[in-house]
Amino acid sequence: MAKRSAPEVNAGSMADIAFLLLIFFLVTTTIEIDSGLNRKLPPIEETEPPIIKQRNIFQLTVNGKNQLLLKANGNDGKIIELKDLRKEAVAFLDNGGGTGEDACKRCKGKRNPSSSDNFDKAIISLQNDRFTSYETYIAVQNEIIAAYNELRNREFVADYPNLNMSYVEAEKKYNDARTTPEEKAFLKDKLEAIKLLIPQKFSEAEPRKSN
Amino acid sequence: MSKFKKKKGGDLPAISTASLPDIVFMLLFFFMVATVMRQNTLKIENRLPAADQVEKLAKRNLLMYIYAGKPSSAYKDMGTVARIQLNDKFADVSEIAAFIAAERASKREEEVPFLTTVLSVDKETNMGLVSDIKQELRKVNALKINYKTRQGDALASLNQ
Repeated sequence: MAKRSAPEVNAGSMADIAFLLLIFFLVTTTIEIDSGLNRKLPPIEETEPPIIKQRNIFQLTVNGKNQLLLKANGNDGKIIELKDLRKEAVAFLDNGGGTGEDACKRCKGKRNPSSSDNFDKAIISLQNDRFTSYETYIAVQNEIIAAYNELRNREFVADYPNLNMSYVEAEKKYNDARTTPEEKAFLKDKLEAIKLLIPQKFSEAEPRKSN
Repeated sequence: MSKFKKKKGGDLPAISTASLPDIVFMLLFFFMVATVMRQNTLKIENRLPAADQVEKLAKRNLLMYIYAGKPSSAYKDMGTVARIQLNDKFADVSEIAAFIAAERASKREEEVPFLTTVLSVDKETNMGLVSDIKQELRKVNALKINYKTRQGDALASLNQ
């Protein structure tokens, strides 16, 4: 029999097959990186909590109907809107009403004696109901973090004006994998200094059982 | 002589498409590498709340995911109350401790202190369930948590 040379495989449809796969992966791809609000839970401790002066607590309660009650600055509690929370929190943290060794040199607030002493003493306390919606809770958390970030940005820019970036930007850069180790080391102590100056003192009470 | 006959001008030669598969394959490989498939099939509704003070979650292998929300329409028989999902199945609050222990056991010892628990909770969930999860996490000393959110204005999306 005469030898036949093997017929050439037609590769014309290869492109079609590859396109099909390409479209599948295009559709299923999610390149986004997860993001969210970082928080730390308090460890379970047996010890008695320390006694804190009433004026240093920014007592925020969210009820089952997602309303906010604020007890701070010496008042007995008022209902506030969520959009005013950031302003109230900044005013409370920045008050600087302390005298003597509690005096706050960098606070720019009203120095109301019935509000917080200094950044280090001020505590934000949040209590929510079991029927509070998660979305409201996240919005409240977001506003509190925003208040801290606002003050940290201000102090960071005041301390390191020639870096040309805010605290939040600096922290983002610090956490970026592309930042070189030298830059990280350069930023680290500056970020730590600001964190020490304005610590996030945030306490969460266990939710009330509503009847 | 015909040997030196000039080629006919006019019609352009066809563009070769022989390299088209190569180009497409290149794109294909890029997307294959960049694709992150969902690790868990969600059995619950998971519409995240919005926030703008977010931080990016670092290393993917150091995250433990806890999902919560109403069972999705395919799992109507599980009821309409928000449930917890761990890995691929519905779970009870009491199973979180075992889940965390299993996750910790699967990681290298030096990585354990850096593990973060990501709470991926539907925005319509009540805080009662979230508080129960948090209480359970405190009991097993898994204190680093992250509320997973999507990027957006928290106040604007709340008023909708």
